[in-house]
Amino acid sequence: MLSAVGVDSEAALFDVPEQLRFDGDLGIEARSEREVREEVAGTLAANADLTEFLGRGHHDHYVPSLVDHVADRSEFLTSYTQYQPEVTQGFLQALFEFQSMVVELTGLDVANCSVYDAATALGETATLAARVRATDGDRVLVPELLRERTADVLRNYAAGAGLTVDTYPHDDGVADVGALADRAGEDTIMIYAETPTVRGTVEESLSEVGAVADEHGALFCLGSDPVALSLLEEPAAAGADVVVGDAATLGLGTAYGMGTGLFACREDFLRQVPGRLVGATTDAAGRRAYTLTLQTREQHIRRERATSNICTNQAWVALRVAIHAASLGPDGLVDLAKRCVRLAEKTAERVDSVPGIQAPYHDRHHFREFLAHTDQPAPAVAGDLAQEGYAVHAVDDHLLQIAVTETTAEEVDGLVAALRGVAG
Amino acid sequence: MRYDQARWAEDDRYEALLAEKDTTEVEVGEESPLPDDLTRDSLELPGLAEPELARHYTRLSQMNYGVESGPFPLGSCTMKYNPTFTEDVAALPDAAVHPDRPAEHAQGTLAVLASLQDYLARIGGMDAVSLQPPAGAAGEFAGILVARAYHEHRGDGDSRTEVVIPASAHGTNFASAAMVGYDVVELPAGDDGRVDLEALSAAVGEETAALMLTNPNTLGLFERDIEEIARIVHDAGGLLYYDGANLNALLGRARPGDMGFDIMHYNVHKTFATPHGGGGPGAGPIGVVEELAPFLPAPRVREVDDGSAGPEYELFEPEHTIGKVHGAMGNWLVLLKAYAYIARLGDEGLHDASAKAVLNANYLAEQVDLEVPFGPFHHEFVASAGDQDAAEFAKGMLDYGVHPPTTKWPEIVPEALMTEPTEAESKRTLDQLAEAFNAVADASDGSLADAPTATAVRRVDQTDAARNPRLSWHALEE
Repeated sequence: MLSAVGVDSEAALFDVPEQLRFDGDLGIEARSEREVREEVAGTLAANADLTEFLGRGHHDHYVPSLVDHVADRSEFLTSYTQYQPEVTQGFLQALFEFQSMVVELTGLDVANCSVYDAATALGETATLAARVRATDGDRVLVPELLRERTADVLRNYAAGAGLTVDTYPHDDGVADVGALADRAGEDTIMIYAETPTVRGTVEESLSEVGAVADEHGALFCLGSDPVALSLLEEPAAAGADVVVGDAATLGLGTAYGMGTGLFACREDFLRQVPGRLVGATTDAAGRRAYTLTLQTREQHIRRERATSNICTNQAWVALRVAIHAASLGPDGLVDLAKRCVRLAEKTAERVDSVPGIQAPYHDRHHFREFLAHTDQPAPAVAGDLAQEGYAVHAVDDHLLQIAVTETTAEEVDGLVAALRGVAG
Repeated sequence: MRYDQARWAEDDRYEALLAEKDTTEVEVGEESPLPDDLTRDSLELPGLAEPELARHYTRLSQMNYGVESGPFPLGSCTMKYNPTFTEDVAALPDAAVHPDRPAEHAQGTLAVLASLQDYLARIGGMDAVSLQPPAGAAGEFAGILVARAYHEHRGDGDSRTEVVIPASAHGTNFASAAMVGYDVVELPAGDDGRVDLEALSAAVGEETAALMLTNPNTLGLFERDIEEIARIVHDAGGLLYYDGANLNALLGRARPGDMGFDIMHYNVHKTFATPHGGGGPGAGPIGVVEELAPFLPAPRVREVDDGSAGPEYELFEPEHTIGKVHGAMGNWLVLLKAYAYIARLGDEGLHDASAKAVLNANYLAEQVDLEVPFGPFHHEFVASAGDQDAAEFAKGMLDYGVHPPTTKWPEIVPEALMTEPTEAESKRTLDQLAEAFNAVADASDGSLADAPTATAVRRVDQTDAARNPRLSWHALEE
């Protein structure tokens, strides 16, 4: 090969000025495959062995074995973005089916085939609001209970579009619509609400929130997830213009926060959608086929005038989400969602029976999780619980947050017993 | 080599949609734990038994082409073989922890992240690394946010309103700079395909926040004047940003930090072999020089070096952090695979990877009977399809069991076929690729109009898809 190229060594092909060549040692020692596997397994074993009653946007639902086995097929896993649709129909169809499921769950017209995560989906929506705004406003309103890290991401997306992020208060864990109406004004271009909220409460006034947005010509963006959407009122019916969230509550587990941004919207915004869209068409044989479409929105064509800079997305996780949703089917999804409500309710009752704890803290309906007031300082209670092998959130001086799904339902007895020992 | 992709077809379609096989409508109201006004009435979705689902997705996978199907010389995408053991590492139960665990209970995860930060810093010649950006474009966004924060901190944030980008750069560069709020100044390429220093001097000034550059550039050419480029940008008070899409060419041989770059991103799904997953997830960590470390996204990971008996690793917030670009710590499972890959290769393997990647590109460029301007090349070359349409040329190649190159970009080469074979391909495979190129190059006029014929579906009508958007199965029912 060297002679075909006409050089004596590979080194001769590097057209790098002498003074810029790196002749040093990176100091990275090569290991065998077996050694790397053993080393990483050993390192990760330092993660404490805890039963996680953790949620706040990252939820652990049991992922059926089928998801791993078919999503791991190398034709899916090692493929690229479907720029050659003739040879990538399989993935295109799977993403088309993912989009379709999101459309069914949200009641909206259009879903893309993913952005990075829930926070970046919200950020993208703020920039969309800036592009489509009817007024010359620059303010985005979000719940004061929004996770700080989500707000941090949103502020970075908003700033570049010349937007500021403001909050509206809650009333016992759900939107205070009266206060929201006071805060909203002619300068408001987007109002964001979540259901379930970050505290696990089910929002009760979505249509009213939507009405406030409508009154000011602002976009109404709703955050949720596919399990909750299987049971809760369709966002479109409540007037939502855009739905965002973490689709990977199905298909992936908590994965140290790796997720998949769900993005769906009304058809009016079709040409403002960030990220990739798969559409149906036909092939030269006259049969139905699929392709990436409306690509003139995207950075590789529109560059600085693109709707977003996103290129690489979370397609493979979206595939996993679709397989998981299909595995559950509508019965399984609705049952799972109902279980999320009942588990939160029952677990709160049991936690409430522990002396020194009152739960749920908010007198609302809950989904997967709830807050508990502790007479003792909550961080100390959470710390003591960890010693007993249970992880919960300490969200304030005297507030714990406890999330429970079917993966931890059997462990609630142990959690309650441990709480009796540490919370009194 | 000939090739026939699996084709599952019936009547006027190929594999039927899940929804066409069977759907069930479930009434939600029965035994609902929530009041009616908070719930939907019903949910209609596919309801198939597991064997049917297994077949559905297996058939779809058979109608898809990945790196394990055959060669994939997609320029600028570094479609190298993805070692399968990294999947086993990512599937370890201890990797699946919740992001809200306190640092003391996630010491294993933090140890891997700290080691990966360290490896990437060494490979890029950078002082500090953040692993948070979930993709290359997110890395660009984070890096340019760092540049903005730096200029604001120095008091000239308001006056530096421009980011300069060569015309041949990746589209994401332009979009990322615009998302941060910058005006984009496009730099035309010089006659030799590299940055034209005079044009650069004219474009850079007191308004310049940063120059974004890919090196080697998208033509596979090293920007030999990079030190002078750095001097021009730095003298004007700007920062130099390195787009890491082409880092594979330089592994262990040259480092952006040594060339004068201040900020860079790494595409771990390209350079460090994590699979592309049909478009993602990837990861786009960024590295910076010491002076910019205080602006990196929060939180970062570091080793605790106080000799105490406490946890070995901790999270901390850089002093002037830009905040966050991802809701958690980025695409952790992808980062974990990248760590395993780098650990497997080590110094020697990384050095070897770039050698073979560059040799393979130059060898293939020699074997292809097409005009290949510029050169010699690093990791990729851009051939011209000449009188043929590059997109049509690509369709012709699909029938030869290979994935075609990136087409019609960069525009500096007419009917561009941007080709990056990567280090993973053997001479035998490169010869197979060359045969595919040359067979298509020899195709008579008009004979490609019917291509491809060996793929699961025939030529797809993309124009109709865009004119008449049908984006869900609901739209097909109408």
